[in-house]
Amino acid sequence: MIEVENLTKYYGDFLAIENVTFQVQKGEILGFLGPNAAGKTTTMRILAGYMPPSSGTAKVAGFDVVEQSLEARKRIGYMPETVPLYTDMTVESYLDFHATIKGLRGKKKQQRIDEVLDICRLGDYYDVIIGKLSKGYRQRVGIAQAIVHEPEVLILDEPTIGIDPKQVVETRQLIKSLGRDRTVILSSHILPEVNMVCERVIIINEGRVVAVDRPENLSAALKGSEQIQMEVRGAIKEIVASLRELKGVQDVTWESAGENNIFTVDCSPGSDLREEIAHLIVGKGWGLINLQTKRMSLEDIFLKLTMKEESEA
Amino acid sequence: MRNTLAIAWKELRTYFVTPMAYVVISVFLLINGYFFAASVSGSFAEASIRGFLFPASFILLILTPLLTMRLLAEEQKMGTIELLLTAPLRDTEVIMGKFLSSLAIVGAMLALTLWYPVLLFWFGNPDPFPIITGYLGILLVGSAFISVGLFTSSLTSNQIAAAISSFGILLLLWLINAAPQFIKGIPPGIFDYISPSVHFRDFAYGVLDIKALVYYLSFSAIFLFSAIKSLEARRWR
Ligand SMILES: Nc1ncnc2c1ncn2[C@@H]1O[C@H](COP(=O)(O)OP(=O)(O)OP(=O)(O)O)[C@@H](O)[C@H]1O
Ligand SMILES: [Mg+2]
Repeated sequence: MIEVENLTKYYGDFLAIENVTFQVQKGEILGFLGPNAAGKTTTMRILAGYMPPSSGTAKVAGFDVVEQSLEARKRIGYMPETVPLYTDMTVESYLDFHATIKGLRGKKKQQRIDEVLDICRLGDYYDVIIGKLSKGYRQRVGIAQAIVHEPEVLILDEPTIGIDPKQVVETRQLIKSLGRDRTVILSSHILPEVNMVCERVIIINEGRVVAVDRPENLSAALKGSEQIQMEVRGAIKEIVASLRELKGVQDVTWESAGENNIFTVDCSPGSDLREEIAHLIVGKGWGLINLQTKRMSLEDIFLKLTMKEESEA
Repeated sequence: MRNTLAIAWKELRTYFVTPMAYVVISVFLLINGYFFAASVSGSFAEASIRGFLFPASFILLILTPLLTMRLLAEEQKMGTIELLLTAPLRDTEVIMGKFLSSLAIVGAMLALTLWYPVLLFWFGNPDPFPIITGYLGILLVGSAFISVGLFTSSLTSNQIAAAISSFGILLLLWLINAAPQFIKGIPPGIFDYISPSVHFRDFAYGVLDIKALVYYLSFSAIFLFSAIKSLEARRWR
């Protein structure tokens, strides 16, 4: 549905994105994850047809976003990061305007506007001037204009930024439900959000793609192991040594916390050593205070990947 | 066409939710009323609208930049241009829609002066032909002015800069027929041909000159085309 190949964009001399390549399948929700200035907005603007890449190609629904811009734009719903709306219009007249320029006419248009007001929970606000709406409600209007013509592809640039936690949850649900029958790309720097909403994640940093995968695979593949963390009372050296002898243990690190010490054991993927370790420690007479598995969160991976980039540079 | 009208309609509504349209229309009518009254009273009174047409064209020169300055500059300033340019619209539709909205305001302004000729017919016996061509001429002048304003508004996100530069271009072109007085070596006919004020005279005297008609239409077309290109260039920046 979306094919991006070697997309590169210079702003003057400044290289904003470099050789960005990825595909999105029909019906997929893709998360675009990256720190500030990573190039998320730049990539999305190119996809939405707002500006051309310096080199590389992007196709949406089979149409090149530069060569067949109009056809591509007909199939895209886009919500920019800043949600720029006409503040002097009412919600309904604004949506009416967007529905018209996106090709809806007559009865079908009115029907669809009512539908969208309902989907975005704007029903009580149809008559309100947009300038008087709060940020969260403007965000809803932003989504409403993006979906009004039932586009095949939805591009949402940071759809949950600046809104309260309750609305964030609602917006995520909305995006998930929208993603059931269309392709969605959303950007975010909130990691749990991407984890929750998206089926696949692209991590981008300083204009380059550093990882592409399903959220759960990213955790497994990138770390290559799971961790077990425990709090034990006893002689550090001996504990570390005997832990290292266990099969499936890759590495052991520790830090002291008062009279107890906290040990972190890196295990090879797929192995569950909790029982064995507990056995070992109790068997040797050390005091096992606490033991738990610790899965690497997307956040750890994100930090690790983006830090690695920086230390390489 | 539907898209063009949708944009024109949206812009028209914006004109009337801000005080802009009301202020511009009121000022136009006020000053024109003054000139019309002056031209039909006193010892040189004549039953024609010429005394109102010439000042009106100049007032338009001052007022249309104020009507057009917002059209694209504000979209750029507020960022709304991002949604406009990513909507499935052609650049031509965007420009023509905005052009039509301003033209409608100018048309409405002129329509509100139609009671001057009505008064003339009531109290006197004017020649109807110069009145008809006069109104046609001033509408053409308005269209030319709007196209310049739309073009300058496409170049900047600053409304004031857009207004001042379109006013500058218009004033220069309006007065350029006086240039032969101090620029020698270029045939004066060229300056006369460029200047919108020269072509307007014929209309005011009841002459429907095809050349003048073509002049105003191509004048508008050139600036509208430039505005479209400028929008395209924005897309490719
Ligand atoms: N119009 C522009 N002109 C010049 N530089 C720009 C422009 N837009 C973006 N940049 C630069 O390109 C880089 C990438 O910006 P971009 O907006 O794509 O990042 P982002 O990932 O969306 O960041 P954020 O999370 O802060 O929104 C930044 O360094 C930014 O300063
Ligand atoms: Mg951004």
